[in-house]
Amino acid sequence: MKNFRILALALITITTFSSCSSDNDSGPVNEEEVITTVAATFTPVGGGTPVVLMSRDLDGDGPDAPVVSVSGNFTAGRAYEGAVNFLNELANPVEEITGEIQEEGTQHQIFFQHSGIGTFTYTDEDANGHPIGLSFLYTATTTPGAGSLTITLRHQPNKSGENVPEGNIANAGGSTDAQVNFSVVVE
Amino acid sequence: MRIYILLLALLAGNGCAYSQHIISGNVAAPQNKPLDGAHIHIEKLHGVSAPDGHYELDNVPSGHQRVVISYIGYKTMDTLVDVIADVVLDAVLKPESTQLEEVVLSENNAVPKNTVHEQRLKTETIEKYSNASLGDALKEIAGVYSLKTGSTIVKPVINGLHSNRVPIISNNVRLEDQQWGTEHAPNLDINTAGKVAVIKGASALQYGGDAIGGLVLVEPVSVLKDTLFGRTIMTADYNGRGGTLSSALHQGNDKGWAWNANGTFKYMGDRQTPDYVLSNTGNRETNFAGDVKYIGNTYDASVSYSFYNATIGIAKETHIGNVADLVRAINNGQPDVVEPFTYTIGAPRQEVLHHLAKANFNKQLDNDSSLSLQYAFQLNNRKEYDLRRGDFANIPALDLTLATHSVNADWKQEKDNTTLKAGLSGSAQFNDASPDTGIRPLIPTYDKYDAGVYGIASHSFSETLSGEAGLRYDFSHMSATKYYQKTRWNSLGYNGVFDRFITADYGSQWLTNPEFTYHNISASLGIRKKFSADIDLLANAGLAMRNPNPSELFSDGLHHSNGTIELGNLGIKKERALKLSGTLLKTGGAFRFEATPYLNAIHDFIYLSPTAVEYTIRGTFPVYNYRQDNVLMAGLDLHTDWDITKRFRHSFNFAYVHADNTTKDEPLIDMPPLNISNTIRYTTDWQSLFLELRSEAIFRQTRYPNNDFYADVPVNGVLTPTLVNISTPPPGYHLLHFISGMQFSLGKTLASVNFSINNIFNTAYRDYLNRQRLYTDDIGRNFQLQVKLNY
Repeated sequence: MKNFRILALALITITTFSSCSSDNDSGPVNEEEVITTVAATFTPVGGGTPVVLMSRDLDGDGPDAPVVSVSGNFTAGRAYEGAVNFLNELANPVEEITGEIQEEGTQHQIFFQHSGIGTFTYTDEDANGHPIGLSFLYTATTTPGAGSLTITLRHQPNKSGENVPEGNIANAGGSTDAQVNFSVVVE
Repeated sequence: MRIYILLLALLAGNGCAYSQHIISGNVAAPQNKPLDGAHIHIEKLHGVSAPDGHYELDNVPSGHQRVVISYIGYKTMDTLVDVIADVVLDAVLKPESTQLEEVVLSENNAVPKNTVHEQRLKTETIEKYSNASLGDALKEIAGVYSLKTGSTIVKPVINGLHSNRVPIISNNVRLEDQQWGTEHAPNLDINTAGKVAVIKGASALQYGGDAIGGLVLVEPVSVLKDTLFGRTIMTADYNGRGGTLSSALHQGNDKGWAWNANGTFKYMGDRQTPDYVLSNTGNRETNFAGDVKYIGNTYDASVSYSFYNATIGIAKETHIGNVADLVRAINNGQPDVVEPFTYTIGAPRQEVLHHLAKANFNKQLDNDSSLSLQYAFQLNNRKEYDLRRGDFANIPALDLTLATHSVNADWKQEKDNTTLKAGLSGSAQFNDASPDTGIRPLIPTYDKYDAGVYGIASHSFSETLSGEAGLRYDFSHMSATKYYQKTRWNSLGYNGVFDRFITADYGSQWLTNPEFTYHNISASLGIRKKFSADIDLLANAGLAMRNPNPSELFSDGLHHSNGTIELGNLGIKKERALKLSGTLLKTGGAFRFEATPYLNAIHDFIYLSPTAVEYTIRGTFPVYNYRQDNVLMAGLDLHTDWDITKRFRHSFNFAYVHADNTTKDEPLIDMPPLNISNTIRYTTDWQSLFLELRSEAIFRQTRYPNNDFYADVPVNGVLTPTLVNISTPPPGYHLLHFISGMQFSLGKTLASVNFSINNIFNTAYRDYLNRQRLYTDDIGRNFQLQVKLNY
């Protein structure tokens, strides 16, 4: 019975001492996983000035809204080779997240929802033969006009869902890692 | 069974075989406390002891007589006396150990001074929930609801209030970590509880002055007789396809060494709704609790230690990215993706570790007074894992280590008709929010020091009237280390207001050291009036003050489980509550009831309220700010028990609360809806077989504030303002449960087998106070088999 008491006291002593955490201040947390910047570059097939759509949110989940910029207009009927890049500009040096998404391709997919500004075709594949969307082909509509484009990065979507490999977000599920909206013009 | 008889004396007389004699004597509890109203009987003769403990039985025939002396709460003395002349038989009754038996209410004492009504769970109820949680079991008490995140994170709601308005006192130690928000359930294994009681209202000043909603008291099994016994409960569940094994051993003693040990192991897989599997909702627990006690003549000393280790899966469906995902989840009505059943627990999940060690010393100072000293240490580590990318997949999104040291000294004196209690308490708490998570912590690193002093006096004015008054003072100081994004600091309006807290500049962030000091006064006043042998009226008024907790002051970030940005407020003040409540109690007869109406006026009630929408690169999010308004709550809890016949018994629970935000003139958010339960139980003598049918009716909450908002959701690529319906409560529902059980003797072992069906009709439902109600149904039918062995 004495042993039991000693054991109990020892347990208390151990837990008491093991708890003494040092209050070392290691500086602010740099949110390394956060996406601050989405850039979609549309390079005209056969050459020309690329159109760059960019959304930057330099305070991450902070109160400031993202700053959206569109470098120019699309040309009606023209084909563009597209690439999407994701950055964390809060990290020092600036962190390129695109590679991570490529590596975990089976767990990510990028969707392009728009108001009829043309057609988007995926030109990349993950290990299971499903698209990721980091590179794509865009053909502008032949009818000039203003439109809207939403680029969404989904984490853990159901990539074999109905029409999901064709870019339909409705049955994809998963959770949204980034979602940016651009006003674009086709002239 | 050993009965201690202080004195057994036979007085010589001229014996005559057919003559009649008198048996007389005194009945007392240990330390010569006379027992008033003890029952003494010899066959059909019976008598009752006087207030000084004296009794007398006349006309006792000569011969071998069996004398039985009993008093509620004490071991019955049963002895044989050779009556050849008048006999003096004094008895000292030992307090009854209450484990494994129905609990004896303290109000049954002849002149109760306690003006606060405690509602307790029966041992059978505690054991029934061996595989569930404290929050589930407490729901059997009228007026206690449960606030859930899924099916395993459950915390009690007393009269509409929860979290740090309802402290949980386990083994006389205030449980830390459960006070922050809905996802922090009490870190407690219900299998270690010998007694679970609820005190509604702010009248339990001994435990703190901030119990605005009420208090849950959990005490371990305590054995006051020389014995060794144990218990094992095995539970197997169909829904979740798992079970629990819980085993306990108790070595009791009236003097000398005594110890208890209890271990529990739980293993459950994904739960199921009537229509689909709830992916990632398994859980597992490994718990241990033990204590060693030495009981001397005038003192006892004990050390105890408990360990709680749980891994809890959070339904995958509830992890969302932004408001568009939330709208999708609400409109779909069921999860996007349902995966096959598995025991594997992925992300999101919680891993919680809680150590509690305690040393306690009680000293009987003299016949009337006692002193109790206690030191307790708690260490809580909480890791919350989220669905993360890349190298972060196995790094928790939140990693908090909370260490709490507390000391208490309590003095008690019971003299004549007055009981005095006084005490001091102090605690030091250190929270460490690990920066290695790569996510700004919702709750920062902080140090907190508390000190309190209280005094309570209870007095019996007459046989039927008693009163109680108490006063408490608390001091609290908190110092936190918190980084603020400068943009956030400015948008919250802190610039120029809280500049004194800033200690360093880290480019885009401020390092701050907010410090707060509070002085609180709490008080209680109660009376108890006995109208007849079994009808009592209790009335209480309580003033309580609660300081804002770290989450209310400092929260700053995105909550992935509900897609909201939560923002604390450095300007939040403490809240003050005045609660008036009454209890009408009928304790005897075939029909018993308790009715508890109450009124709770809370000044500067702290709550979360949506205020704006924020745009980030993830999309839009509603912003919830902590705000303060005045609140008025009025409610009624009703419980009845009716022995219809010897075999049939009916129980009824009713609870309704009507709560308003009087500042904004609208209903208060997250109030439990009207709920009614009816239980009918049939018992037989054959193997103690019982059959029970329980109906649970939860009505729709019709009183709620409309916090719906419009957010821009892409529709065909165009951002379209869309209504986000987060306010409307789900429809009411009705569930039917069946429970049955019987007992067998296996040599010296008493075995019980219970079989139950929860949600017999596999009803699909959602509960207003379940945080996952926007995403999924609650769990469906469950078959449970439980085997209990008492040895």
